[in-house]
Amino acid sequence: MSATRQPASTKGVNRSHRTRARAQTHLWVVQRVTAMLLALAVVVHLVMIVTAVRGGLSAAEILSRTRGNEAWLAFYVTFALAAGLHGAIGLRNIASEAIGLRGRGADLAWLTAGLLTAGFGIRAAIGLYA
Amino acid sequence: MAEAASLTVSVWRGAEQGSFARFEVPARANQTVLDVVTYIQRELDPSLAYRFACRVGMCGSCAMTVNGRARWTCRTHVRKVVDADGALELRPLANLPVIRDLAADLAPFFDKWSRARGTFQPKDAPDGAVPEDFAVVPPASKQRREADAGIECIGCAVCYASCDVVAWNDEYLGPAALNRAWTLVNDVRDGGRAERLDAVAGDAGCHSCHSTQSCTERCPKNLDPSSAIAGLKRALFWDTLLGRR
Ligand code: HEM
Ligand code: SF4
Ligand code: SF4
Ligand code: FES
Repeated sequence: MSATRQPASTKGVNRSHRTRARAQTHLWVVQRVTAMLLALAVVVHLVMIVTAVRGGLSAAEILSRTRGNEAWLAFYVTFALAAGLHGAIGLRNIASEAIGLRGRGADLAWLTAGLLTAGFGIRAAIGLYA
Repeated sequence: MAEAASLTVSVWRGAEQGSFARFEVPARANQTVLDVVTYIQRELDPSLAYRFACRVGMCGSCAMTVNGRARWTCRTHVRKVVDADGALELRPLANLPVIRDLAADLAPFFDKWSRARGTFQPKDAPDGAVPEDFAVVPPASKQRREADAGIECIGCAVCYASCDVVAWNDEYLGPAALNRAWTLVNDVRDGGRAERLDAVAGDAGCHSCHSTQSCTERCPKNLDPSSAIAGLKRALFWDTLLGRR
């Protein structure tokens, strides 16, 4: 192990370290905020499922609830966005620890994957609304 | 528990590459693991390398892996860790380069303390000058209590050797350095908060910790680095959300 030795400087933290650390902190903040959103959304979702399946579930019944309803659209869009971002950032953390996949490029790829996943969910939510 | 008359001690010999040597050591009442190592070095094999200084749990230099777990050896009684047939296995601390035998190289560990800005930076007296007057820090204040909670660290690296994230991520500063940073963040006399928080943010810092608490469970001084790290995360969370950094 070749640790880079640094004296206990009192001067500012290296700029590029700071920029990277801030970007990583932002990812972490997004993951925690989306976790909070998910905790709420999953509860709403489960309650919805349990009530919806009573007396059978039909496509017509679902659409009658969601079509033209802005509240459900907003809920599902938020849910999809949170799940996409939360899952991708979580997988990023696992990949960095398990297989050493790290760096800016990887982060951008994970962010893209998260937004794409969210995009599919959002498209489905729009399908239910329109 | 009936105690065996002698202990069978397997001791790591070599550096990163090496093997175990076995020694028979007489069992004694109130014997510590460090006593066992010292007996081997004095009576059986003077070439054995290991490290200690104070023998009373103050200096932090005697930590080793004892039957698979990092411990301070000067205050670990054999009776507490030995298995039923009197076997002890001693290795150097994990997650650190091995110098020789039971002596691990703590340089990366202390380098990370300085990378985490583990040095006090007096607010009133930049450049290390002695301040004019004593700072009054009420013992009951919240920040003082947070700082007190982590101040007794002896730098033994038991937590560092017990942390999986250190094993997975070479850059990770580790529990002791982050505990030290949190102590200083709460020191009202310190003026380095912003830079210190920058230094401990991100993947090399507090945000890689999974709060699994091995550090807290194994710290021989009963400190709680895991909570200290949670404190850093909390500070950075609000500073980031509220645009304070
Ligand atoms: C009730 C909703 C949820 C909550 C409260 C939640 C909370 C969390 C928290 C706190 C972490 C960080 C764990 C750590 O740092 O050790 C995490 C990680 C993770 N989450 Fe979630 N999560 C939720 C739902 C989901 C969903 C729906 C997915 C899948 C899309 C997901 C995928 C992941 C992954 C892959 C990780 C990374 C594992 C890790 O870092 O240890 N989570 N979650
Ligand atoms: S709580 Fe964090 S620092 Fe402590 S052992 Fe677990 S991952 Fe490492
Ligand atoms: S926090 Fe505890 S285990 Fe870690 S170096 Fe300090 S005293 Fe040792
Ligand atoms: S020899 Fe000093 S702490 Fe063990």
